[in-house]
Amino acid sequence: MKEKIKAKIMDDKKISRALNRLAMEIIERNKDLGNIVIIGIRTRGVHLAYRLAKIIKDLEGVDIPVGILDITLYRDDLSLLGPQPIVKKTEINFPVDDKDVVLVDDVLFTGRTVRAAMDSIIDLGRPKTIQLAVLIDRGHRELPIRADYVGKILPTSRRELVNVMLKEEDGSDQVLITEPVE
Amino acid sequence: MPFKRKHLLGIEELEKEEIELILEEAKSFSEISLREIKKVPTLRGKTVINLFFEPSTRTRSSFEIAAKRLSADIINFSASTSSLLKGETLRDTVRNLEAMRSDIIVVRHPSSYAPHFIASFSKSSVINAGDGTHEHPTQALLDAFTILEKKNRIDGLKILIVGDILHSRVARSNIFLLTKLGAKVYLSGPPTLLPKEMENLGVTVDHNFDRAIEDADVVMMLRIQLERMSKNFFPSLREYRMLYSLDLKRLKKAKKDVIIMHPGPINRGIELSAEIADSEYSVILDQVSNGIAVRMAVLYLLSGTSEA
Repeated sequence: MKEKIKAKIMDDKKISRALNRLAMEIIERNKDLGNIVIIGIRTRGVHLAYRLAKIIKDLEGVDIPVGILDITLYRDDLSLLGPQPIVKKTEINFPVDDKDVVLVDDVLFTGRTVRAAMDSIIDLGRPKTIQLAVLIDRGHRELPIRADYVGKILPTSRRELVNVMLKEEDGSDQVLITEPVE
Repeated sequence: MPFKRKHLLGIEELEKEEIELILEEAKSFSEISLREIKKVPTLRGKTVINLFFEPSTRTRSSFEIAAKRLSADIINFSASTSSLLKGETLRDTVRNLEAMRSDIIVVRHPSSYAPHFIASFSKSSVINAGDGTHEHPTQALLDAFTILEKKNRIDGLKILIVGDILHSRVARSNIFLLTKLGAKVYLSGPPTLLPKEMENLGVTVDHNFDRAIEDADVVMMLRIQLERMSKNFFPSLREYRMLYSLDLKRLKKAKKDVIIMHPGPINRGIELSAEIADSEYSVILDQVSNGIAVRMAVLYLLSGTSEA
């Protein structure tokens, strides 16, 4: 499937500003920074999680544990026909019990990924809170889920795709809106 | 590359990439068994049937635990307690199980290719859990997973398999798998249990164990399968032990960081001395733990390919 680029929404500067603001909001809202853990959802949520942890460390001098979550095993569409999606490793090497978990993803869309992530985390223990941080909220929710920290609200049509590209994965930092072309 | 097979019947027909995919997936699944709540909801509502026509504790319970950790429902049928004793044919048995809407059937059978026969008419996915002297694919996969875990590679390693190769489905599956992944596979054992023609499989046969073990990275000891031997393949167990039992003295000829594997059950004092089985070189219990992760990966991957 080919994609046509419709607009460039964010460049590296804008992404970096948005992440700085998200980090500030996380700091403001959580009085006890020592109780925070950050868990990134594979793939790009993980890179954002590490960036947020670094910003918080630079600002406050607190080392925040970062975990990696693969939600494949908790997807609600696995029984649909087709080969199974590849499962990658979940690496959360700390207890989540009584922690304030900040869940991080690149794009919030239907909310189904976040549902799967919350179920997955709750199977690992009983956090005090789960908060959600996303770089882009593009709307079209199918579940009653909202983000606590949003980098940018981006109204989109369902046909459009939001591509978050990050240095660690894609070589450069940018957010594009694209549309499939026949 | 997505995994598109419906059945896992043997290693021989798998592409290298498919083997690597299963092993990579098994890595992701191994973490689940270390959690406090060792369960994920992935195969909720799937029914897995363990259909065992031969005794087994390790493999059967390993599949059972793997299925349960994925939230599948699993039912155990063993030949000794089922209607097979009343004369039901294999085809009828499987048809009946399918009428109960099974999704995956795990088969162990004393006849080679029995799982292939079932797969030829069954709507369920079939996993070969050992058929006669033919193959035991999940055992080879868990062995490879264990080698990778300890050595970080398979390509280029010298891997020696010792003992009753002739009757061993574990050896056959391992030979297929390890050669596909680039290992240098050596076989050793008495000529009656290790025909020279095995070299056609791309391995080196050396009936002299003391020579074959030199500089080995991995030594895989097989069980003497007295139940499959209708005639005498060696003069006495005592002589077998003298020539092919692994003890610390023989082990010294292998690489310093050699690992010892055994598919179990061990005949202590025959294939292995007790001191070896319990030594730091032994990864026999890691093999058992890894078996669960590998079988979880296989159950997961096969569930995706269901046909309408």
